Amino acid sequence: MCLGIPGKVLEVRGDTAIVDFGGLRKEVSIVLTPDVQPGDYVIVHAGFAISKISREEALEMLKLLSEVVNSIKVPKTSSR
Amino acid sequence: MTDEYRQLLNLLRSSEAAGTVVRDIERLSRGIDNVKIVHVCGTHEHTISRFGIRLILPKNVKLIAGPGCPVCITPASEIDAVIELALSGVAVLTFGDMLRVPGSELSLFQARSRGADVRVVYSFLDAIKVARSEPSREFVFFAIGFETTAATVAPYIALGKVPENLSLFVSHRLIPPAMEFMSLLRHGADAYIAPGHVSTIIGCKPYEVFPKVYRQSVVIAGFEPLDVLLAVKTILDLTKRGDVKLVNEYSRAVRYEGNVLALKYMYRVFEVVDGAWRGIGVIPQSKLCLRSEYRRYDAVERYGISIRRGIDVRPGCRCGDVIVGRAVPTDCPYFAKVCTPNNPLGPCMVSMEGTCRIWYQFERTRGGEVSERERATEYLYNSSS
Ligand code: SF4
Repeated sequence: MCLGIPGKVLEVRGDTAIVDFGGLRKEVSIVLTPDVQPGDYVIVHAGFAISKISREEALEMLKLLSEVVNSIKVPKTSSR
Repeated sequence: MTDEYRQLLNLLRSSEAAGTVVRDIERLSRGIDNVKIVHVCGTHEHTISRFGIRLILPKNVKLIAGPGCPVCITPASEIDAVIELALSGVAVLTFGDMLRVPGSELSLFQARSRGADVRVVYSFLDAIKVARSEPSREFVFFAIGFETTAATVAPYIALGKVPENLSLFVSHRLIPPAMEFMSLLRHGADAYIAPGHVSTIIGCKPYEVFPKVYRQSVVIAGFEPLDVLLAVKTILDLTKRGDVKLVNEYSRAVRYEGNVLALKYMYRVFEVVDGAWRGIGVIPQSKLCLRSEYRRYDAVERYGISIRRGIDVRPGCRCGDVIVGRAVPTDCPYFAKVCTPNNPLGPCMVSMEGTCRIWYQFERTRGGEVSERERATEYLYNSSS
């Protein structure tokens, strides 16, 4: 029930969106996250996108982790 | 496009990162007393059990599962009432993991074999679609779950998109009041790991009471093994410094204010009342019910249902203790012997978020603790994923 799965928004159609979960595509409601765009990652729970994953926060965490784990390089691809 | 999130996920799953954090945890755990960390989320328990996280933690760090499984804490009396409705000829729509949960006598699944029309839906949106496709039939949606699920039910009610032949039996419960109940009464938790997905809806504010009033730290965490390990590390770090704090480890998905739109819908449609939790008892201000403006969607009113006392815990079943973290499934004599997912005696053995069910899948097959510890360590340090 509380299983929330991250997926990538492919297409927005009114108050639903087509979301890709590693190859599996599903139509989910975006009434709770109306500002999502194709390319965004969202957490989906019981057929609804409940939260948009923040690119800035994800990058921030990536940076923090790269500092503690020496062998991991900060991605140069960041689009900031 | 650049896919930072994919990169982050890969990093979150890398054994190097896990190894580093595990070493930090070991270092921080030295020279402190026992630390008891309670989480309140079936998905966290799933991650913890699946990856054997308990086995790689130092002996003085205890990770305990609290009431985080929505179908487990739904009282038998409410399941009984829905079964009675189904047997009287109203079609019932439910989430799959509620199907086999035993009520006082029957489960919805057993009611179905007695001729009741019980169907599984994936979401409230599906329930609306089903009701629309059969306008001459009456449907009841069994609305269970915490804030995460209540948030998906509210908007369509608020927007007037629920067809006339569909009503709801509302059994939603709220997580922070249950945590506070444990803090107040009997639970000696030193810190909580707060559920990430509930928190995407409610945000951080509802947890502020714990550091302030109860001197318990709260770390909101995601569901990758590394998220849980980072939460443990943060808690140990705070403990070591004698500090208590609310920390949002899952900031990639949880905003301080939560999902404001979802909360607006939720509290437009629902109000908060006292509610019983299976195996626990009545927790003040912990249940949602429809506000009077939306009572026409309330199945209890529509069908004049009376909710009678139910049998929450059968003799011998220790679900009541398992739900609040006073016992672990292997303390129960029935575990994996008489009580199995195919023949569940208690609610905790049914859903993939129930502690007994999770342990049945991941902990039962574990041999001696040492070999298991090695296996988990091997996973975290060496596997490449
Ligand atoms: S193993 Fe079965 S009987 Fe024992 S506590 Fe868990 S659900 Fe109850």
